[in-house]
Amino acid sequence: MPPAVELAGVSRLFGERAVLRRVSFTVDSGQTLAILGPNGAGKTTLLKVVAGLLGPSQGRATVLGAQLPKERAQLRGRVGFVGHEPLLYRDLTPRENLALQCRLHDLGRERVEEVLEAVGATRFADRPVKELSRGMVQRVAVGRAVVACPPLLLLDEPQANLDPRAREWLEPLVGKESGRTRLLTSHDPEGALREADLVLGLRSGSPVFLLQADAVGRRELEELYR
Amino acid sequence: MDRRRQGKRSLPLLPLASAVGIAAAYGLTFFYAPLEAQEGFLQKIFYLHVPLAIVTLCGFVFGGVLAGLYLKTGNPRYDLRSYVAIHISQVFGVCVLITGSIWAKGSWGHWWIWNEPTLDAFLIIMLLYCTYQPLRFAIEDRDRQARYAAVFAITAGVFVPLSMVVVRLAPQYVHPRVLSSTNNLPAPMGLTFVVALVAIALLYLSLWRFEVGVKGLRFELKRLRAQRLEAEQEEAEEAEVMVS
Amino acid sequence: MSATLPQAKAKDRLEEPRGPGTLSAAAALLSVELKLEGRTTELVPGMVLFVLSAFVVFHFALNRGALEGDLAAGVLCVALLFGALLAVNRLFVRELEQGGFEALLLAPVPPAALFLAKTAALFIYLCLLELVGIPAYALLLLARNPVGVLGGVVGVLALTNLGIAVLGGLVSALTVRSRARELLAPLLFLPLLLPLLIGAASALSPLLAGHAPTIGRWLASTGGKWLTVLGLYDLIFGLIASALFDFLLED
Repeated sequence: MPPAVELAGVSRLFGERAVLRRVSFTVDSGQTLAILGPNGAGKTTLLKVVAGLLGPSQGRATVLGAQLPKERAQLRGRVGFVGHEPLLYRDLTPRENLALQCRLHDLGRERVEEVLEAVGATRFADRPVKELSRGMVQRVAVGRAVVACPPLLLLDEPQANLDPRAREWLEPLVGKESGRTRLLTSHDPEGALREADLVLGLRSGSPVFLLQADAVGRRELEELYR
Repeated sequence: MDRRRQGKRSLPLLPLASAVGIAAAYGLTFFYAPLEAQEGFLQKIFYLHVPLAIVTLCGFVFGGVLAGLYLKTGNPRYDLRSYVAIHISQVFGVCVLITGSIWAKGSWGHWWIWNEPTLDAFLIIMLLYCTYQPLRFAIEDRDRQARYAAVFAITAGVFVPLSMVVVRLAPQYVHPRVLSSTNNLPAPMGLTFVVALVAIALLYLSLWRFEVGVKGLRFELKRLRAQRLEAEQEEAEEAEVMVS
Repeated sequence: MSATLPQAKAKDRLEEPRGPGTLSAAAALLSVELKLEGRTTELVPGMVLFVLSAFVVFHFALNRGALEGDLAAGVLCVALLFGALLAVNRLFVRELEQGGFEALLLAPVPPAALFLAKTAALFIYLCLLELVGIPAYALLLLARNPVGVLGGVVGVLALTNLGIAVLGGLVSALTVRSRARELLAPLLFLPLLLPLLIGAASALSPLLAGHAPTIGRWLASTGGKWLTVLGLYDLIFGLIASALFDFLLED
């Protein structure tokens, strides 16, 4: 079976500045890749490139069989992206936001209720998003991402804003249990290592190491964050 | 490599042709074309003003076409060509407005009058293209800059012929003046006009070619320099890692 | 503790999801846009207030109580144009600030759907604006009662609104991300709209004159000509703008 995500020498430039420099890795279907690194390493940019939101300036990226950036349209609807921004309309309620998502993915109305229940948002589903706490918003953001059961999940610091109970609740949706291919970034190396199969260390846009999770020890982490 | 050498060979040809063309055109203007009955000597500015206007407008549309090619192929060379085409047209356009003013002042006594639909539409078009550079250079990311500029260039390129048509229909222009009646020119004037038009077009093309060449070179240089800098940086980092 | 999420009851998820068609997606986005405008009322009240103030300003600036013909048509068109500018400046701001662009790029929806939705929304806002604005204009500034020629006026304004909506949507998308958005948008918008302005003013001026012709006679002469011009202008730019919008969406 072809790999889910394959990057070869991908660089991304903003103006003259290189935010990603020759990043390469292969993630097979069902595997989890953890992307670690200090602030400004380019982790979020890398996720956006894999999501098809940004095009690679150089190199080749093949995600779920679609060659980016040319075949980006093929990728739409198949990637669940949970980023820093919840991508929700602040003046709409969670129910209305999810209803829009369902319509945009050509899903029926009953799906809205299923997702609300799965993320535990039913009790505040009818309050505008701007009135909700960050933890509640994060739950709805996760719901928005998994509405169409995408085979690939891209999670930018998914644990941020979530209390332990919420994390447990969402585990089957976006955690290892979900069985989906996942790329996640984290500021918590220990936690990420527990979940990951593969680990990519990034600093200033350049890959520092690419190892199996059990091969990553203190030395590598110190090296990365120094 | 081959193409560049070929380019060098044809490069002198174009400016040479335009130089010859300009000399011929304005030689004809001053020594061959007869004096116009009503306006006299001043009318000869017609042989400069109208060809400039036509070439300017065609240049804007040309810029739009090149932008379309950029969007279609993604090749940044087309973006550069589109930018230069519009840029040179802007300069020619300013000359059109200046020569138009001189003509107006000379024959009507005012620097600007609203009785010539072509010129009025021209003013609107120039105002629109004034936003091209601010729009473009407010965007830092080169890829996005090129895309947005291309969208503008195509929209504006379509606007050029449309606005010319619509403005002409406006009810205030019931009696257009000599400028637009280029159909019934006597033969010697017609010939001079055509030669002038060809000459100005050649001038535009050689300026365009030249600027594309210069800017393209500068671009390449910057890119190579950036590449070299990166390679040096990487070497330094690798050396650091080995030491630690 | 946590509920599991049943498989989405849709087509085989491994294949390229066959998302909703452009029109269906546009309808969804339009209803969201209208709902949000209803809740936050950012645009329409501002436009209406502005246009009403403009009428008052014109009254004093021109030092006239009653306008007719050319002047009446011109003043009306200018006031509406500047009202539209307010909306154009802000049309895509919510998408930019709340991640609407990204959300759309991730969905199996053609980007043109967003353009269609926003253009339709702007058209609706302009119609609402005129619903209040025309009666106010007739009351404050017009020499004659326009009720007789209302059909013609509505027709002209409908086509003009369409053009404003299309070009406004394009200009708004082009300028929304730039820092100098409030400056660039008008500079881009006004020249593009001038032909529409010429058409609308030329078509309206006989209707608002002292002795207006019947609708039939008006259609046969200037009215018909200018309605065709407006319609073609709208069509051409509508097609171009929806084709070009794709290129503006991604970062």
